[in-house]
Amino acid sequence: MDWALLAETGINGSLIGLMYSLVAMGIVLIYKSSSVPNLAQGSMTMLGAYIVLAYSSRFGAPIWLAIVLATLSMFGIGIAIERIALRRLAGRPIIMILMMTLGLEILLRAGSLTIWGATGRPMPIGISDDPLFLGALLINRAYAAGAAVAIVMFGLFALFFRTRMGVVLRAISDDYTAAWSVGISVERGVALSWAMASVVATVAGVLWASVQGVDQSLAHLLLKGVTVAVLGGMDSLGGALLAGLLLGIVEGIAGSYLDPLLGGASRDLVDAAMLIVTIMLRPHGLFGRHDIERI
Amino acid sequence: MFFRQAGVYHTNYVADRALFPVAADRWIIAMILALGVAAPFMFSSLYLSSYLLPWLVWTAGALGLNLILGWAGQFHLGYAAIMGIGAYATVHANRFGVPWEFSIVIGGVSAAVIGSCFAFAALRVKGLYLALSTLALQFVMDWTISHVPAISGGTQATLQAPDIRVLGQPIVSDAGLYYVALVWCVLVTLFMLNLRRTALGRALVAVREKDFAAAVIGVNSFYFKLVAFSTSSFIGGVSGAILIGTFYHAVTPEQFSVDVSIQVLAMVIVGGLGSIIGSYFGAAFILLMPGVMNSFISWGAARFGVSLSIEALAHLPQALYGALIISFLLVEPLGLGKIYKNVRDYLLVWPFGYVKK
Repeated sequence: MDWALLAETGINGSLIGLMYSLVAMGIVLIYKSSSVPNLAQGSMTMLGAYIVLAYSSRFGAPIWLAIVLATLSMFGIGIAIERIALRRLAGRPIIMILMMTLGLEILLRAGSLTIWGATGRPMPIGISDDPLFLGALLINRAYAAGAAVAIVMFGLFALFFRTRMGVVLRAISDDYTAAWSVGISVERGVALSWAMASVVATVAGVLWASVQGVDQSLAHLLLKGVTVAVLGGMDSLGGALLAGLLLGIVEGIAGSYLDPLLGGASRDLVDAAMLIVTIMLRPHGLFGRHDIERI
Repeated sequence: MFFRQAGVYHTNYVADRALFPVAADRWIIAMILALGVAAPFMFSSLYLSSYLLPWLVWTAGALGLNLILGWAGQFHLGYAAIMGIGAYATVHANRFGVPWEFSIVIGGVSAAVIGSCFAFAALRVKGLYLALSTLALQFVMDWTISHVPAISGGTQATLQAPDIRVLGQPIVSDAGLYYVALVWCVLVTLFMLNLRRTALGRALVAVREKDFAAAVIGVNSFYFKLVAFSTSSFIGGVSGAILIGTFYHAVTPEQFSVDVSIQVLAMVIVGGLGSIIGSYFGAAFILLMPGVMNSFISWGAARFGVSLSIEALAHLPQALYGALIISFLLVEPLGLGKIYKNVRDYLLVWPFGYVKK
């Protein structure tokens, strides 16, 4: 057994996993406040990356400014989604809401391809391609940067949930009706959580695009995001971070051993198996609340 | 006016339990059925084989999904995988030498067996988690079908379907294939129409409304979830097999990908949950929409002098499809079936619109 290779796959896997948890964080933020499982997070990630490219190539903005502008735009888009689509569906059966997010997924994905075309484009954010040597282990700089940003984002959210607005969001996620009755504007809280999820999606989109380019495959991050979110517990941000780490390591190691046996593309299989096993054994995930099932 | 209830007196039990007590409903259905039987003589074979036939088969599939979604209230985001299992099992059995009539039953049963595994997920979890686990099972099924050469048929991953033979008689004409689809669709519709009058149907509705409450009044909710999953999987499997036999003539993994699952789900949602006529409308809507949308876009582009790139033309219909699903959910969440019902309710008492319906 090649221990160095194993350690390398494990470490790179864990970095990738932390980048998955960026996608999962968006899902968790929305689920936490409104119990809406957002199946459009993958296409929101893709949309964010496309908007960054549009600002930087169409209007010639420097990349950091483009990212800031795209973040602001996505903030608005998140609020608009809640205002136009979700608010009127409040209280409907969950199948309608799931279908709504699926429709949103189709609309955002196909819409951004309509506007910007499907050809893959690079996302130059200035991370060099040179590998980072940690002893004998090769580490991808882009993954390391992504993981660092994921941890920083988690820290920011942890701080945010201690501010006044964060406490309001926690109250909403605890009990809709009770929050309403003490005068909290639940709609505004939910809109804010959609906006924050869109911002996280932009960040995830930029980082993932710097690894694999901007194209349709960014939308496929949804499956990873959902797996991580469920594994960590749908309403736990810290859970999403840890579950991302776990999924990344398992996926990296299992993938590298299974690929020769199964002829490639076994990572998606590992994901799906992880998701099914989690749901079968511990539906509320590692850190989720037990009472989150909607009856 | 049309749906006059005057003169409908139930003087015996048979009349009281009739499927359609109002005479107009019976007339409409008889006329539509006659139209369906006469369709090969009325429409060109292009319309028959590229519009009517897939519509009938997809309607049967949508009805099968409606059984699990609209009646039993269990999520299923992996229905295309179920249809694919039926199709592959049928084609393999058929190539193995089993007569077609038996091989579609084999396809249906194997789909039912694998589909019942979803029910074991349904035993443990519900709502969102069931939806996600069926989605994951869809991905596993996709992967298995396309990565196992014994199933998908080698490198090209296309498996030619043998010709349909009913009672040893090969069916190759468009009219013959159309009748196969028609018979299956009518059978499924009859089953679904009668389901709501049986104990099974009422038990499913009880489970849908609240499974704890159903358990309290003595409905074994796990047993009925299992029955619902296996029945709808059987219908889905046979529909998949008939879709392959009559329409595609060859089976590939992409025909049953996750997008197709969402498409069937859209048929059910657009048509209306738990509505039989809605499934017909929904299937027609989702199938016809891409074509209509394409011609509408090219008309609009020509009309307003906008030149669209090839890529935009390729993806715009998809985007509008997503927008349509959203607007349906916002404007008429109960689907096209509800719109039909509204019209019927209006005509039921016309011209006395103020009558309590």
